[in-house]
Amino acid sequence: MPINYYIFLSLALFCIGIVGVLTRRNAIIIFMCIEIMLNAVNLLLVAFSKMHHLKNAAINATAGTDGQIFVFFIMVVAAAEVSVGLAIIVMMYRNIHSVDVNFLNRLKH
Amino acid sequence: MNITQIIFWILSVVALFSALMVITARNPVYSVLWLIATFFSISGHYILLNAQFLAIVNIIVYAGAIMVLFLFVIMLMNLNKESEPRKHRLLKLAGAVSGGSLLLVLVAALRDTDLKHEHALVNEGNIGLIQNLGKELFSTYTVPFEISSVLFLSAMVGAVVIGKKE
Repeated sequence: MPINYYIFLSLALFCIGIVGVLTRRNAIIIFMCIEIMLNAVNLLLVAFSKMHHLKNAAINATAGTDGQIFVFFIMVVAAAEVSVGLAIIVMMYRNIHSVDVNFLNRLKH
Repeated sequence: MNITQIIFWILSVVALFSALMVITARNPVYSVLWLIATFFSISGHYILLNAQFLAIVNIIVYAGAIMVLFLFVIMLMNLNKESEPRKHRLLKLAGAVSGGSLLLVLVAALRDTDLKHEHALVNEGNIGLIQNLGKELFSTYTVPFEISSVLFLSAMVGAVVIGKKE
């Protein structure tokens, strides 16, 4: 499969995530859009690792393993991030009784 | 067009469509369900690339644990109604236009790279199997692996400290 297809697929997913972050006001949905962006990057890393493997398999039989290890660590960090982020959203809901990010404009005034 | 390409296109269309539904659905619960569909199609891509370990981890961690956490929080706050106030239409348009122009710029920049003739190995190559990844993870990447366990511990403590009532 040409690597170009994977690049453009990941770009499209990443930009969908960005549009979601820019257009929605619900903090939970903004958070989910960040997850989409992380997953787009993961997909591209895996595709690149397989590309690297195809190129260098003759020299090194395990070429490209590093990319998939990085994806694993990205997933680990994302899981930790989600737990803390959802705790922050719960606290925000408890304080202002809404998850609308537009209420969080105290720094603006 | 062989079977691999057909599966690739189907998975790509499903991933893009469900990602679009995530950001357009009015009800947050539907957004979460579409996001699960996105994660499953990305896992399908991993299987297509023969990264089986990552496919399983993606399903277990993302579609399993993280999405259950999201659903749980949405149910807890009783947000499963269409309660989001309408954003100004112009602001929505501005967000969509800026995201679309970012996509345009990136596609235009990456259309003619040297990578154009490279291929990703699909359906074969055993670097994504758990045997190889486990060996690498516990030999070369032992220290980051242990540090990530400390990260998890601190995230757990942080979530409890932030989430508990004063």
